[in-house]
Amino acid sequence: MAKELENPESADHGSALIPADPIKDPGLPPHHTRVTDIHPSKERHASRVVATWFWISMIMSIFATVAYFVWPIKHGDLGTVRLSTTLLGVAVGLALLSIGLGAAYWAKHLMVDTELVDERHPTSSDEETREIAAEYMHLGNVESGFTRRKLIRNSLIGALALSPLPAVVMLRDLAPADDPNVLLKQTMWKQGERLARDPSGTPIKASDVTLGSAFHVIPQSLNKLHGAEMLNEKAKAIVLLMRLKPEDLKELPERKGWSYDGIVAYSKVCTHVGCPVALYEQQTHHLLCPCHQSTFDVTEHCKVIFGPAARPLPQLPIAIDSEGYLVAQSDFLEPVGPSFWERER
Amino acid sequence: MSQTTVEPERGKLDRFSRAAASYVDDRTKIGVLVKEFGRKIFPDHWSFMLGEIALFSFITILITGVFLTLFFDPSMAHVEYEGSYLPLKGMEMSAAMASTLDISFDIRGGLLIRQVHHWAALLFNAAIGLHILRVFFTGAFRKPREINWIIGFLLFVLALVAGFTGYSLPDDLLSGNGLRIIDGFIKALPFVGVWISYLLFGGEFPGDDLVGRFYSLHILVVPAVILLLIGIHLVLVFLHKHTQYPGPGKTEKNIVGQPILPVYAAKAGGFFFIVSGFVFLLGGIFQINPVWNYGPYDPSPISAGTQPDWYMGWTDGFLRLVPSHWEFVLWGYTFSMNLLVVYIVAGIFLGLVALYPFIEAWITGDKREHHLLDRPRKAATRTGIGAAGVMFYAVAWAAASSDLIATHFHLSLEGVTIFLQILLFVGPVFSFIIAKRIALALQKKDREIVLHGSESGYIVRLEGGEYVEVHNPIDDGLRWKLLSYHSDYEPWMLRPNAKGKIGFWRRTRAALSRFYFEDRIEPVSQSELDAARHDHKPELNTGH
Ligand code: FES
Repeated sequence: MAKELENPESADHGSALIPADPIKDPGLPPHHTRVTDIHPSKERHASRVVATWFWISMIMSIFATVAYFVWPIKHGDLGTVRLSTTLLGVAVGLALLSIGLGAAYWAKHLMVDTELVDERHPTSSDEETREIAAEYMHLGNVESGFTRRKLIRNSLIGALALSPLPAVVMLRDLAPADDPNVLLKQTMWKQGERLARDPSGTPIKASDVTLGSAFHVIPQSLNKLHGAEMLNEKAKAIVLLMRLKPEDLKELPERKGWSYDGIVAYSKVCTHVGCPVALYEQQTHHLLCPCHQSTFDVTEHCKVIFGPAARPLPQLPIAIDSEGYLVAQSDFLEPVGPSFWERER
Repeated sequence: MSQTTVEPERGKLDRFSRAAASYVDDRTKIGVLVKEFGRKIFPDHWSFMLGEIALFSFITILITGVFLTLFFDPSMAHVEYEGSYLPLKGMEMSAAMASTLDISFDIRGGLLIRQVHHWAALLFNAAIGLHILRVFFTGAFRKPREINWIIGFLLFVLALVAGFTGYSLPDDLLSGNGLRIIDGFIKALPFVGVWISYLLFGGEFPGDDLVGRFYSLHILVVPAVILLLIGIHLVLVFLHKHTQYPGPGKTEKNIVGQPILPVYAAKAGGFFFIVSGFVFLLGGIFQINPVWNYGPYDPSPISAGTQPDWYMGWTDGFLRLVPSHWEFVLWGYTFSMNLLVVYIVAGIFLGLVALYPFIEAWITGDKREHHLLDRPRKAATRTGIGAAGVMFYAVAWAAASSDLIATHFHLSLEGVTIFLQILLFVGPVFSFIIAKRIALALQKKDREIVLHGSESGYIVRLEGGEYVEVHNPIDDGLRWKLLSYHSDYEPWMLRPNAKGKIGFWRRTRAALSRFYFEDRIEPVSQSELDAARHDHKPELNTGH
């Protein structure tokens, strides 16, 4: 009943070549005896080595336990944290390692090490079993009429196919009822919202922004929010503020009024996958995203000059209020951050 | 002492273990299992330990993970940090971050266990990767082990998921930025992207749900699936019996090695302690993921040169390698090809990895079971393909550090990126050619050794004045190993099918078969060996 494994008749060997005139397999080499098999003194030595490893392990476990109490953590003292961590780690590590080394040494030098040979059998079950299995499947079909009674079978398939539907639908309330596509298109910025320093929230006067400087900016009212609400708004509203020489800015005519005296504000959320575009190179007027190195040219409305991003950073139109503070003229006029399917809709 | 100590000495221990064994057996019939598996043979080779490292680091992860759950608070509710790390005292942060700091600074051994957990996760991913490579290069994925290959592949993917979800839990600046990237990556998907992100984060990014959700994935769903798959993986290993490397006396129909009881149990059991002990030493000595240096998540700050955990690197590298401006709008919808192309490329790469056993089986048409491993040089084309795959992965991985490479070697970032973009496609081709040529050269050398023995380095002058090198005869066992008759294939002949037609698939298969096997180095036959022996001048055969 057992199939021959290598017999080309029973299994197709495809394009494999069966040697016609092979050199004979010389068979298993003779077993090599170890010194520990022959010399009782070596054997005794080996067993002492094994026991020593296990003793080291015991000592280390006890040492770790003692160290836990003897070298505790003193609040606010990082040195004690480091000491406790190292002592515990090294002691527990050595305790475990020694068990392993002892066991390995035991297996290698003392346990009987003759190589044994087992036969392999084909993975498949034998013909008889297969026949019986096929017969049972057949009976299952005939006795239930699964293929014969098409109406109930197909109705069952339909019922099973629909049954996970509620499970999928019930995932809807993982998030609030709002339409995410609407949320993604608005931020906290609105007309008259003051530009403020991140994270303190102190508003910025146009006169504070010296030539060549850059500010990390949040809406002034952001700090009135807390927790997740604050983070969600901040994730969309962060802005970079820079002052360039007005003649360096190559502004589009329709955006002429969006800057103030060479001061421009752009979204700090990368249009690639959303990291904060945090690095400003004053000399070149380039903004660099540290995540995947997309680079934006501030002089040309932050168009992409390098890296995987596709779109320029959105610009926030700014002006100054009566007290000389920088304010937004409105919200961003396009969605900030990474692209999404319905972005242009 | 003696090699045949099978007769157990009867003693107290023996009586006790008999009693215990029969108590358990009376109630469970466990004897059947012990009889079946107790003396099952396992072959020994260092490369078989890679899978064990993966398994044992996973167990270490489970044990340390349980400890961490006792102290970690998976909540994004905002609290004021009141622990003993002074630089962050009084700061607003999520409870998750605060409890991570408490584990690190206020709980004895907490930092150690956190670091051991993290190191073990890095090792788990590395060991899985190396294990997959071992299985690939030796052809251990062939029938009957294709399903186990798929399971191993799923484990590779799940290890990434486990790593990433865990990495995100502390809610620190670094993990938050990682999530930000995932969020943007998901949003690029047509139709569903925005919705998946919205539902995953429980609203807008970052929201206050994600840590709780990732927590149940990380400590329940993902490990449960991993455990289940590991279970099936090991059951199949037992069922198939382990593969073995070719050697004298080793055939497709036998398995040579040492029994589970006692040798393999001692070695594998001991190895668990070696792996976990090693990881504890790492965790005790080397700092990893110091979240207190990054601070709590805030969408605004980020530091240059931050790196994801190593196993996520290749995905991040793909994101970086896409050229600018790959996005277009059609019918009002945005196609973010700069990200979609990453889905496509990574998907194709993973798909090819997962399906490789079936592709190769189709090309060879070989339906036999294979339990003898290939020496990588004997399967030269497969080895070349593997080298190409490794190169592809490696370039993507290196690309995740393109900025560090540029600053470290004082190169321009543009230059490094363009170089890596080209290398991503050219590199695999070169690795394929080089690896395949090396494998074939080694085969040729083996053939020479089989025929003429190994080079001795001695040069002698023959009577005729001719100089030749003396070759030492090799022993039969080594010769047999070098022969490897079992890994010898030839290209298909393109023949019409029963209807007398040559269809597209036949043509493709024949072409692929030629690509695989046309550079074939014929193994030495007995008559060839006899002829070579005959040719040898007597003084050459004596060696020195
Ligand atoms: S997120 Fe800015 S380059 Fe990728």
